Amino acid sequence: MAAASLNGKRKDTSSFMTQWSGYLGLILQGALVTIELTLMGSVLALIMAFLAGMGRVSRFFIVRAIATAYIEFFRGTSIFVQLFWAYFVLPFAGLSLTPLQAGVLALGLNVGAYAAEVVRGAILSVGREQYEACTALNLGRWQGMRHVILPQALLVMLPTFGNNAIELLKATSVVSLISLADLTFQAQVVRSQTGSTLMPFLSVLIIYFALALIISWRVRTLERRMARGLDGVRV
Amino acid sequence: MDWDWNFVWEIMPTLIQGVKITILATILGSILAAIVGLAIALARRSENRIVARSIGWFAEFIRGTPLLVQLYFIFYVLPDIGILLPPLVAGVIGLGLHYGTYTAEVYRAGIDNVPRGQWEAAKACNLNGRHTWTHIILPQAIPPMIPALANYFIAMFKETPLLSAITVLELMNQAKSVANTYYRYIEPMTLVGVFFLVISLCSVVLLRWLEHRYGRIER
Repeated sequence: MAAASLNGKRKDTSSFMTQWSGYLGLILQGALVTIELTLMGSVLALIMAFLAGMGRVSRFFIVRAIATAYIEFFRGTSIFVQLFWAYFVLPFAGLSLTPLQAGVLALGLNVGAYAAEVVRGAILSVGREQYEACTALNLGRWQGMRHVILPQALLVMLPTFGNNAIELLKATSVVSLISLADLTFQAQVVRSQTGSTLMPFLSVLIIYFALALIISWRVRTLERRMARGLDGVRV
Repeated sequence: MDWDWNFVWEIMPTLIQGVKITILATILGSILAAIVGLAIALARRSENRIVARSIGWFAEFIRGTPLLVQLYFIFYVLPDIGILLPPLVAGVIGLGLHYGTYTAEVYRAGIDNVPRGQWEAAKACNLNGRHTWTHIILPQAIPPMIPALANYFIAMFKETPLLSAITVLELMNQAKSVANTYYRYIEPMTLVGVFFLVISLCSVVLLRWLEHRYGRIER
C-alpha cells in the first residue's frame, strides 16, 4: 500500500500511461479467468442439466426423487451460499478445493439445476404423436429419445440455455469473494491500488457486457444452424 | 465433521438479526424493482424513438452485467461524484435497478397481452393517454403478471447475500463474522443454507397460490 501511494506521488505523464496499461493488463488477465470459469462451469452445468432433466422424466421413482431433490436444493439455496459452503465447509469434511474448483463446482451445479428444468420442459413439449411414432417404429425408449425426441427438444432448449449461460457468466463474479482473481477481483485490486473507481468498474462492466453479447450471438448462430432441416417438422 | 448444537443455539440470535435485514432488503428491493420495471416498460413504448432506444440499451446493459459489479459501482464510484449512500440503501438501489430490468420484460409481456380492442375502446371513449393507462390497460395487465413478478422477487431474495460484499450486515455477513470469530464454518454456513432453503420453499408455496389465484401469464 505504501509503495503504491509513493508510486502515485511520483507519477508523471509517461509513467501514468505505462501504469494504466499495466492495470489494463491485470483486468484482461481477470477476463481470461472469467472466461475459463464460464466455459468450465457451462460444461458441468450442461452435464448436470441433462442428467437431472432426463432424470425427472424417468419412469423410476427413485431416479425422479433424486433429480427433484437435486434441482430443488440447488435452486432453493443461493449460488452464493453454495459457493461459500463448498469453499469453507467441505475442507472440514476432508475435501479441500481450490477456489477455481469450488467456483466451477458451485456454478455448474447451481446453473445445472436451473437448466435441468429447461431440459425437462423441452422434452415434455415434444408432441405426443412423436412418442407414438417412436412406439410405432418399434424404437426402444433410449433410441427414441436419442434419435427422435432430443433432436427436436434441443432446439426448444437452446435459447433458454443461452440465457442460462449469461446468468452463469454473471454469477462468476461472486468467486471474487473467495479470492479467485477474476474480472471483479481485479477491478477491486485496481481500485485499491490506484484509488480510482470509475475506470476499473466501468471497464469491467463493459467487458462483462461484451462477453454476454458474444454468448447470445453464438447461441443465435447455433440455433439457426440447428433449425436447418427441421422446418416443416415442427408444428 | 462434527456438528455442535450448543453453538447453533448460541449463534441463532445473530443469524436471525441477519435474516431480518435480508428480508428488509428483499422487500424494499422488490418495491423498487416493481416501480423501475414499470418505468422502463413504459419508456420503451415511448413515441420518442431516441428515449425508447436508449432506455432499451441501458436495460440490456444492466441485465448483461453482474449485480455484484453494479453494487460495487454504486458503492464505490458514486461517492466520488458526491453521492454518499449508506450500504443498505446502495444495496437496495442495486437490487431494484438490476431486477427492474427483468420485471420490465414481465410488464412488457403483460401489456402486450391486453387485447387490441381495449385500446380501441379507450380511444372510442375519448380517454386521454394517462387515463387509458391508469383505468383501462394497467388494471387488466397487472394481475396476470403477479406470479411472474413474484418469481423475480424470489430470485432477488437469493441474490441478497451479495450485499455482504458492500458491508451490509445481512444473513451471510452475520454468518461470516460469526464463523471468523469462532473459526467454525460448518454451523453458520449450513444454517445460512437452511434459512435460504426454508424461506424459498415457503415462497414457492406462495407462488403456487398466486399462480392459482391470478393464473399464469401467457408468453
